[in-house]
Amino acid sequence: MARFTLKQGYDVPIAGDSNPEVVDGALATVASVRPADFIGIKPRLLVRDGDSVLAGTPLFHAKDDESQVFTSPISGTVSEVSGVVRGDRRVLLAVNIESDGKNEAVSFEPTSAAAIPGKSSEQLRETLVKSGQLALFRERPFGHVARAKHTPRDIFVSAIASAPLAPDPAVLVEGNEEYFQAGIDACAKLTLGAVHLSVPGTGSVCSAFSGAKNCQIHEFSGPHPAGVVGVQIHHIAPVRSRQDIVWTITVQGLIQLGKLFVLGRVSPEKIVSVAGTSALDRRYFRTINGAPLQNVIRGQVADETIRYISGDVLTGTDIGAEGFVGLYDDMVTLIPESIDSEFVGWMQPGFRKHSMFRTYVSPWLPKQKHRLDTKVWGGHRALFASDAYGKVLPMKMFPLFLVKSCMIQDIDEMVGLGIYEVTEEEMALCEYVCPSKTPVQKIIREGLEFLYAEA
Amino acid sequence: MRFIQDAFDKARPLFEKGGKLELLYPLFEAKETFLFVSRERTASGCHVRDSIDSKRYMASVIVALMPCLLFGIYNAGYQYLTGIAPGQPTDIHRCLWEGALRVMPIVICSYAVGGIWELVFSVVRKHEINEGFLVTGLLFPLVLPPTIPLWQVAVGISFGVVIGKEVFGGTGMNIFNPALTARAFLFFAYPAQISGDQVWRVVKDGVDGVSGATPLLVAAAQDGVQVVDRVSGAFGGWSNLFLGLIPGSIGETSTLCCLLGAVYLVATGIGSWRTMLGVLIGAFITCFLLNQACKDNTAINALPFCYHLVSGGFAFGLVFMATDPVSAAQSNTGKWIYGFLIGFLAIVIRTLNPAFPEGMMLAILFMNAFAPLIDYFVISRHMAWRMKRVEA
Repeated sequence: MARFTLKQGYDVPIAGDSNPEVVDGALATVASVRPADFIGIKPRLLVRDGDSVLAGTPLFHAKDDESQVFTSPISGTVSEVSGVVRGDRRVLLAVNIESDGKNEAVSFEPTSAAAIPGKSSEQLRETLVKSGQLALFRERPFGHVARAKHTPRDIFVSAIASAPLAPDPAVLVEGNEEYFQAGIDACAKLTLGAVHLSVPGTGSVCSAFSGAKNCQIHEFSGPHPAGVVGVQIHHIAPVRSRQDIVWTITVQGLIQLGKLFVLGRVSPEKIVSVAGTSALDRRYFRTINGAPLQNVIRGQVADETIRYISGDVLTGTDIGAEGFVGLYDDMVTLIPESIDSEFVGWMQPGFRKHSMFRTYVSPWLPKQKHRLDTKVWGGHRALFASDAYGKVLPMKMFPLFLVKSCMIQDIDEMVGLGIYEVTEEEMALCEYVCPSKTPVQKIIREGLEFLYAEA
Repeated sequence: MRFIQDAFDKARPLFEKGGKLELLYPLFEAKETFLFVSRERTASGCHVRDSIDSKRYMASVIVALMPCLLFGIYNAGYQYLTGIAPGQPTDIHRCLWEGALRVMPIVICSYAVGGIWELVFSVVRKHEINEGFLVTGLLFPLVLPPTIPLWQVAVGISFGVVIGKEVFGGTGMNIFNPALTARAFLFFAYPAQISGDQVWRVVKDGVDGVSGATPLLVAAAQDGVQVVDRVSGAFGGWSNLFLGLIPGSIGETSTLCCLLGAVYLVATGIGSWRTMLGVLIGAFITCFLLNQACKDNTAINALPFCYHLVSGGFAFGLVFMATDPVSAAQSNTGKWIYGFLIGFLAIVIRTLNPAFPEGMMLAILFMNAFAPLIDYFVISRHMAWRMKRVEA
């Protein structure tokens, strides 16, 4: 077991924690599968409105690889295929499935948990690809969805919640310990190397994590982004080149993976926590992949203009009140939209301002949490250097220069400065603290896609 | 404050595209964002942002400059009163009043002329007015002697803003520190008023002058007395040099005030302590070596580091000029090297080059030019390390 203590980073002082009490969300009558979740894939549709599907029936496949299918999480009828016309092409946005309430699934061969290590990796892989559950994995470099043609060098899992208001993985895994271990066992067969599980270095670690077998356990402590898997990869076994492919999966992804092999069917159950000051009932809700946001917030919201975020406030997606929870997200955050302006705000002493820079009074006061809204807090300026980026990225890197190299699309520099080691997630705090209000995540994503398309 | 916001909302169409005053939109925008933090919502990436912005960032430097400005005003008055009639009462409010009469016109002139240039460029380029100017407009007067004619202030700041910054594309794109560029321009264009050896006191009524030498000039003189005795004798000891009640540029004389500014900048996380420490270490080592090598203890080479620290623009340059986030090196390793070389060069110019009594300004400008190169080397090494890792 290796221990890593990360110094750089910052915990955003946001109020609106959720209470770790797990309850049932509203029953999902509809589920949505959205190609936007699967970065790097161009979808080709396989179903039509009115088709009936089972959990595990393919809905679309990757244009460049027919074997890579994306499947329905529930059984029912395809109720809506929505798309948008861009230029002369139609882009698929979502496939919605109306539940028939029967919860029938395509059957794959069930394997007892104890038998998984004895299975051949080809057998496991075949089930994984056919069931569409390969999409539970994401790849580095590039942060795309895992591809069927790749075999990962290692597989990484973070069991640390450092993101703002993120749910406690120990609660998420409760009652599913067996499936979690089965998921790890399956992963160990899928990779050429090892499965790396990162656990918190401080406080007590639940036995499902500390006692996990068939994997290497690493302890990380420090402020956010210590729990971000890309940061952990950097310290454990960094991505060195374009061909050096590793996979990542979430704790709940591992549980679903374990269920797939043990039960022999696609099992979309997961827990989604509700956080943020605009949400009134902030607890953990049982729901499924692709469930509507309303199933977990159930209308319990403050009377104000709200931003509905699937994910955390740094990296999440604005999905609107009628949106669907993203496949990889285990939380939704509701925060107020910025509606007012502040008189000479930049001149105030700032007793209640959240800032990493100690130019305001509040960072000097005892730690307090703030009700944050979606204000940008200033104009966009040329990217001038401050030490800020380096202070929030615990990686041996030059984040400021990396962002600049992406802006000018200098491939040699991007690669030399370590673009393969990052995605938006690791760089999100740089964007948060940037005094020039540079859209760092957008720049990094565009840089990655540019690089991906070039070769 | 609702009614002000309403007034702005009402006037907005005039300045927006198609409005009568469309050309002046940057002015409108600057005024509005000066008064109100904008309502703009996050559109991509992070949904919440740190409440710092470039206005607050730059304003923090101005706060850090306040001790220097206030003391500079006091000192200008003090020097004036003691200069025109030794023995006059020099109580604090008289000093402040007389000092303000001489310093404030320079500050106002710098802000007004520089501000006009800033506006012209923002209108032509159609970008928002940059806050970096708030800092430049105050830094520049503080490195000028209180005797400077106002037309030179105007010419200087014009040069600094236009040639030092705007030709490169504005704040964030410039290679040289605009305030120092402006001062260097005056230094070389009008040496009589700024770099002569007897010009640092207040001129009475524009004609009769009472002047005094600066510590560095005293140190450079040769009269057979030990250099330390000569300097501390002329200025009432090291502690007086540290406090700054001596003739000199408006904001530069008090090392104590610069130190206060440094503490504020480092504590708030705005100024780079790496650069500052780098300069100190560079200057200290250079001084130490020169002192060791120097056999003649009457020469300036024998002047110990503690006197270099408190004389001329060393402390001011160290705290406020070298740490400019735009023109300094941007990598952490680069900041150490950049700072070290500034310290080294400043002392070398002061001691080994008889033409310039003051080395800090030239050292910083010189290193401004080299900062991208330093970063280039730091980054290249990092890239080489990464490439080696790929092959391993």
